[in-house]
Amino acid sequence: MSSALPAVEESKPPESARSRHTILRRLVRRPVAVVSLAVILVIYACGLLASVVAPYDYRAQNLEQTFQSPSLQHWLGTDRLGRDMLTRIIYGARTAAVVSILAVTLGTVLGVVLGGFAGYFGRWVDTLLMRVSDILFAFPGMLLMIMIAATLRPRVTAWAAALQDSLGFKGLVETGYIDYVVVFGAMSFIGWAGMARLVRGQLLSLREQPFVEAALVNGASAWWIIRRHLLPNAMPQILVSVSMGLGGAVAAEVVLSWLGIGVQPPTPSWGTMIAENQGMLRFYPRLLLTPALVVAVLYLAFNLFGDALNDALNPRSR
Amino acid sequence: MSGYILRRLLWAPFVLLVVSFVTFFLGLYGPGDPVEVRLGQRYEPELAERLRHELGLDRPVGQQYLEYVRKVVRGDLGESIKFRNRPVAELIFDRIGVSVQLGLVSMALSLAIGIPLGLIAAMHQGRWLDTAIVSTTLLPSAISVFVTIPVLFLVFVRTLKLLPAGGWGGIFDVHIILPAVTLALAGTAGVTRMMRASSLEVVGQDYVRTARAKGLPERLVVGRHILRNALIPMTTVVMLSLGSLVEGAFIVEGFYGVPGIGALALDSISSRDYPVLMAISLIVALSFVVANLAADVVYSVVDPRIRYR
Repeated sequence: MSSALPAVEESKPPESARSRHTILRRLVRRPVAVVSLAVILVIYACGLLASVVAPYDYRAQNLEQTFQSPSLQHWLGTDRLGRDMLTRIIYGARTAAVVSILAVTLGTVLGVVLGGFAGYFGRWVDTLLMRVSDILFAFPGMLLMIMIAATLRPRVTAWAAALQDSLGFKGLVETGYIDYVVVFGAMSFIGWAGMARLVRGQLLSLREQPFVEAALVNGASAWWIIRRHLLPNAMPQILVSVSMGLGGAVAAEVVLSWLGIGVQPPTPSWGTMIAENQGMLRFYPRLLLTPALVVAVLYLAFNLFGDALNDALNPRSR
Repeated sequence: MSGYILRRLLWAPFVLLVVSFVTFFLGLYGPGDPVEVRLGQRYEPELAERLRHELGLDRPVGQQYLEYVRKVVRGDLGESIKFRNRPVAELIFDRIGVSVQLGLVSMALSLAIGIPLGLIAAMHQGRWLDTAIVSTTLLPSAISVFVTIPVLFLVFVRTLKLLPAGGWGGIFDVHIILPAVTLALAGTAGVTRMMRASSLEVVGQDYVRTARAKGLPERLVVGRHILRNALIPMTTVVMLSLGSLVEGAFIVEGFYGVPGIGALALDSISSRDYPVLMAISLIVALSFVVANLAADVVYSVVDPRIRYR
């Protein structure tokens, strides 16, 4: 027995590596996937490196140069306060990137752990989880997010300020990072349920597979089976869902900020940029269309990439 | 089957209770002390004490929640903070009709476009027409309304001067065109995709092959055998989108100045009118739950092959 187990383990990695290689090759062969991924990576990289990439300070106003058309100094022109649009778009990308990565990471970890428990152990754990997610699904998601963000934002900000005072540090509230917390908190609170259902469904079907039974017969522990057999096999679907989820999180952040209950000015967000420039649509449509188009392109890229990934993972489902 | 529906019927009120519990607590305690929120600048200790008593906030929380539920059941959704002393229920019922009209028109549009396109795409599966349909419908829906709204505005209002910029005049008025088209553009891709997928399921069935084999004209094969069966799953889509009619429209209503429930929600968010926001949430969640239930029931009625356990 003990000698048989390592042998099985040794034969497994090359096989999964090969299939991973195949998936990657199928993905690279699709121009849509490559272009989408490039768009996503460029926008996220710009966002995360905003302070290095951006040509100006996002707060820097120049009231002598308001509403400038695109030029060599200002590639995307300036807004009503003479702020550089490119800089603000790049800092908006930082907001979108940070919020979406945090929200999706937290939602995914929660979803995978809870869905894994439910799918593997079944019985009352499963029933409880499914009922809780039923209730979460009964809420229209966007509205629940708006409710949480609108009502809890003042509270969370007050708590954070009190915490800062008592612990004697600074910068959480002033920099607007606390808004990130409210927004991604609201999103991951809802986002985990979809992921949990997905993982649960995957595990339920995988649990019946012969290789899992074989591992059980070999005396493998539950944790070992989940980690070595179930999660790697459910990974493709999880990745597709993460890609779509990032796109959804970006869109949600934009909507919340547009409503005025997400990221607060002066911290740039594409949503607040759209809201600020809405009134000038008739005269300066560029100011509204620029952030709106960036959102649309990024959202489209996530969806196309998710689709392409799905096709590459399940070539027969087309 | 009836057992399944019975269980769903019993489950629905429970979900609504939880929903009301969440809206009650978020609305009352989320933003901070409700008395301070209501008084704002005019805060005085005695006034606050009196208001606290008037609102029943000095009673135990459980009792307050029960009172809230009792009121909601009777149709009393509280009073708006912004529109002083106006019942929330009245505010909402003034506007829900507008949102429903807009939603129905836009849904009819996306069904009218999406169903034929999905069917055509499925009949040409894997060929260029299929790819063209799938990608062209995906584009306007994936592009957010934040882009379609300004683009439609610039083309039809500012440049061509064909349509009014905003406002509302009912279902047979020109004002409905822009918001309805914007919403329909967002919904068409989903309808097309669903229709394509459900048609593909049907195309491979034995009875379709039999119909072709017995020499039935292609027109009849598609019209009688494929289309009719492919429409069955679409009933679910229609029912579910009926439930989210109100939710989907708030950005569009806000932009075009349509006096619907979405615009009211926007207004209540910006003026921190929590009783209104919570009441809207409750109503939207209610329509959502009912629509989900109705989708299951209608589905089993339309397709007798479905048997729920």
